[in-house]
Amino acid sequence: MTTLYLALKYLAVLLWSAFVVFPFLWIISTSFKTATAVTAGASWIPWLEFEPSLAGWQSLFGEPGGVNILRPFADSTIVTLSGSAIALALGTLAAYGLSRFTFRAGPLRNSDITFFFISQRIMPPIVLAIPFFLMLRFLGLLDTLPGLILIYVALLMPIAVWVMVDFFNSIPRGLDEMAWMDGCTPLTTFQRVILPNALPGLVVAGMFCLIFGWNDFFFAFTMTFTQVQLLPVTIVALNSSVTPWWSLSAAAIVSVAPLAVLAFVVERFLSRGGLAGAVR
Amino acid sequence: MLDLLSLSLAEGGVPHLHDVTIRFEKGRLATLLGRTGAGKTTLMRSIAGLVEPRQGRIALDGRDWTGVPPWHRPVAMVTQQFLNYPHLTALDNVAFPLVRRKVPRPEARAAAREMLGRVGLAAMVDRRPGQLSGGQQQRVAIARALIKKAPVLLLDEPFVNLDYKLREGLREELVDLLRAERETIVIYASTDPREALQMGEHVILMAEGRMVQSGPPRQVYDHPVTIRAAQVGNDPPINLIAAELAQGRLRLRDLADLPAEVLGLPLPEGRYTLGLRAHSVAQGGTIPARVALTEVSGSETVTHLQAAGQALVMLERTVTNHAIGATLNLALDLAEALVFDAEGKLIARRPADG
Repeated sequence: MTTLYLALKYLAVLLWSAFVVFPFLWIISTSFKTATAVTAGASWIPWLEFEPSLAGWQSLFGEPGGVNILRPFADSTIVTLSGSAIALALGTLAAYGLSRFTFRAGPLRNSDITFFFISQRIMPPIVLAIPFFLMLRFLGLLDTLPGLILIYVALLMPIAVWVMVDFFNSIPRGLDEMAWMDGCTPLTTFQRVILPNALPGLVVAGMFCLIFGWNDFFFAFTMTFTQVQLLPVTIVALNSSVTPWWSLSAAAIVSVAPLAVLAFVVERFLSRGGLAGAVR
Repeated sequence: MLDLLSLSLAEGGVPHLHDVTIRFEKGRLATLLGRTGAGKTTLMRSIAGLVEPRQGRIALDGRDWTGVPPWHRPVAMVTQQFLNYPHLTALDNVAFPLVRRKVPRPEARAAAREMLGRVGLAAMVDRRPGQLSGGQQQRVAIARALIKKAPVLLLDEPFVNLDYKLREGLREELVDLLRAERETIVIYASTDPREALQMGEHVILMAEGRMVQSGPPRQVYDHPVTIRAAQVGNDPPINLIAAELAQGRLRLRDLADLPAEVLGLPLPEGRYTLGLRAHSVAQGGTIPARVALTEVSGSETVTHLQAAGQALVMLERTVTNHAIGATLNLALDLAEALVFDAEGKLIARRPADG
């Protein structure tokens, strides 16, 4: 009975893993193919089933007819990291305020303010595109990195606020009061007591910000023209009348790699007990 | 000394404290005795500055604390919940208040190590609160409170969430620890009359946000000034029986009709409420009563009974298991009777004073 149960369990896990891993294997093998190999049907083993080629990869690094992915990669990194860091810092402060202090504006209360933040993400992005565009033009920041960072702060802060309000609410208020009685002002309480205990929340919120920021195409596309190009836009720019599956696959690998590394590091951090002793 | 002067406080329109005036003295362990919701915690929170009273003042040695934020009040507090800093080890938890006060870290740690030794946790200094049991966590909290050497130490039912055996042990240890702190004003809140009366050198009875009575434990126990005070100060609950004194007879509802001399108190004719502690009710009499509930705790048995529409509680110093629904014949011993007038004030008690 237990053997059967175990066998079924492993079977289920294997099937799911195959389902998850398959697309990655597919793009990795496709990135080394040429037009003929791609259209020749499913094939997996290089040299044996198809002749491997670096053409897909070369077109990412300045080959004629391709792009140079290094600049967009660097720009995307700068914009995503700065946008996420600012959003996380502002969002965490806002979330602590919303969790611990009472704000009232007529009939509106803390929960309404929190919802206001979340509502920014409920709106279809297209609604925001025109006002954002006009605002950036007014500031003279269209097609610049600072302009994009500003947009991403606005986009990512709701995520940070949302995650962190919930997390701060789960930390007992008694902890704040205890810190006060131990001589901490509200600011040092936040710094020395609440923040260290909110580390898991910060990690989660940070992950979300990085993922959403890194993968955004819409605003990266609408707020830039010629000077700045972010990675998702560059990948789309690879496309032409004949879909270059090989270089698209290579670009997809480049694009997904940082997030994969990040997920791996965070996973290590979590399993090593980096959160031991945190408030549950 | 710490003075509370006609302190009143309401939160969200609900009154929590009414015109409370108490003086707490140094080196005299004060216990706040009251049921849940009597205002004990609110009183402590207002002393600590965590809630702002609507009226009244708090002053330490004459210095007014109005408007002083909690982080500037020399107060230490241990709460019912086992609250420690989850991200710090036991050692750093206890050192925390000192480090905040700019004591160099090695010095603070050494002091913390010594304090943890005093509460019996020398072997656990490197553990985080999550790796400690409830009793150990509360010891850390107590060490963290004691290390501050704050002139005011508030203990809000610190052991209520621990099991019985552990509670007894920790309570004794705490009393020993506090004996060394003769310069400290210690206030201990409890819902348990025995605990409060045993520990306290000064007992304050609280009910519905008011101070009902205060004084030395013996006096509070022997002379409950009102019915409310008698109710708060007795566990098992005190029996309250409507009584009528007329034409030389003492009628206790439908339970008994006795010659007035039995009471042995020279009282005018009229209606009274008789307070009889549970140990004054015993088996072997003539009042039939039906058993509603029996609780055995330790070597004592508390039985709740119904006799002719009157609820009675009986305490026996033995372990007996009365079947629910069984009928017992009870006797009421009036030797320690408390007599309250129609307004609920104590007017006489036996044995008569003097």
